[in-house]
Amino acid sequence: MAEKKTLGQEFTKGLVKENPVLRLVLGTCPTLAVTTSVENAIGMGIAATIVLICSNVVISALRKVIPSKVRIPCFIVIIAAFVTMVQLFVKAFAPALDASLGIFLPLIVVNCIILGRAEAFASKNAVVASAVDGVGMGIGFTIALVLMAAIREFFGSFNLTLKVLGFGTQVSLADPLASIGIEPILIFILAPGGFFVFGLLIALANKIAEDKGLARAELKSCAECPMAASCAVKAAGEECAE
Amino acid sequence: MKLFAIILTAILTQNFILSKFLGICPFLGVSKKTDTAVGMSAAVIFVMVLATVATYPINSFLVSQGLGYLQTIVFILVIAALVQFVEIVLKKYMPPLYESLGIFLPLITTNCAVLGVVTLNIQESYNFIESIANSLGAGLGFMLAMVMFSGVRERLEGNDFPKMWNGLPITLVAAAIVACSFLGFTGVVENIFGV
Repeated sequence: MAEKKTLGQEFTKGLVKENPVLRLVLGTCPTLAVTTSVENAIGMGIAATIVLICSNVVISALRKVIPSKVRIPCFIVIIAAFVTMVQLFVKAFAPALDASLGIFLPLIVVNCIILGRAEAFASKNAVVASAVDGVGMGIGFTIALVLMAAIREFFGSFNLTLKVLGFGTQVSLADPLASIGIEPILIFILAPGGFFVFGLLIALANKIAEDKGLARAELKSCAECPMAASCAVKAAGEECAE
Repeated sequence: MKLFAIILTAILTQNFILSKFLGICPFLGVSKKTDTAVGMSAAVIFVMVLATVATYPINSFLVSQGLGYLQTIVFILVIAALVQFVEIVLKKYMPPLYESLGIFLPLITTNCAVLGVVTLNIQESYNFIESIANSLGAGLGFMLAMVMFSGVRERLEGNDFPKMWNGLPITLVAAAIVACSFLGFTGVVENIFGV
């Protein structure tokens, strides 16, 4: 951190300016996989946010205790512990969500947003700032997921499942539109639609960023990658990203 | 016959990258050149199969002790330790192989495809041999998608796109089109093998 930011700035940076999905391009796997309905996107967003806040707090509290050479394995164990807790909670209280997220719930462990924030922020900053960073990044992740899910679900089925953990309603335009002969574009729900909508959102984010004179969203260059310390691709002279 | 069906399903209909969205980071990051894509995927196949061989008995032991909930923590640690171990062994005893695969190994520790495949094997309650078949298929499918996509990427290079689409967005749109081609395999394996 070159300049000192206020807590408010730490919180808001994750929402738009450094949105983890659309600006930092982290956590692409769950972003593409769970955004078939808004309900799943919200569930995944909440689960990841809880893990992110808890792991940020613990890692930040232990940042002076953990030797820097073994920090990555330590971070992963801490993150895995919280993921297991969240997983058990979801299994017990929201079994439907557990079924629809499937293996992406345990896979929060290897979500690069969480390890990335641990390495880039929590291991260098105080507990309160790390917690706030976790909240902001988590909400930013959820916003991006919900945005993408809304586009995919609406065009793919003409429905919007506005539910949080089973509470809420489903808005459906499928019947009125079918009666005038308009069918949903199924491919938006399928795998190619995920790639396409993600590409579209990144392109729009790039356009807005360029208009404001900010850097474009790209896959992280080697130096900024959370795995840079242990990665040998760079040492071998290969490019790991564009 | 069932093994063959599992392998084909993992390669074609349930391709790890293009229909399950596991391992997107290396798919987008390391697919710029075909030889890098091949090296990375070979390392992924190797680690996937090895991780399955290592985690299957460990999971049976955990379940028998009533510690099934430790699965995620134990798996990620086993994979991390395994990758380190393989790297050290390759470096010492097989330098040529290390040259071609070794550099990709550390990247794989936190790759969701590897943790994904071992978790999936347990969830689908495959037996030991079926688990290995599934991992092998998943790895081969990973390689197929990576190599195909690196070919597409080489063609994208140097084309003149509208400015906002340059770089990552156009790569994702290309990935969408490659994923479309894999949609064509839907139902093929089920129909051939009647599973």
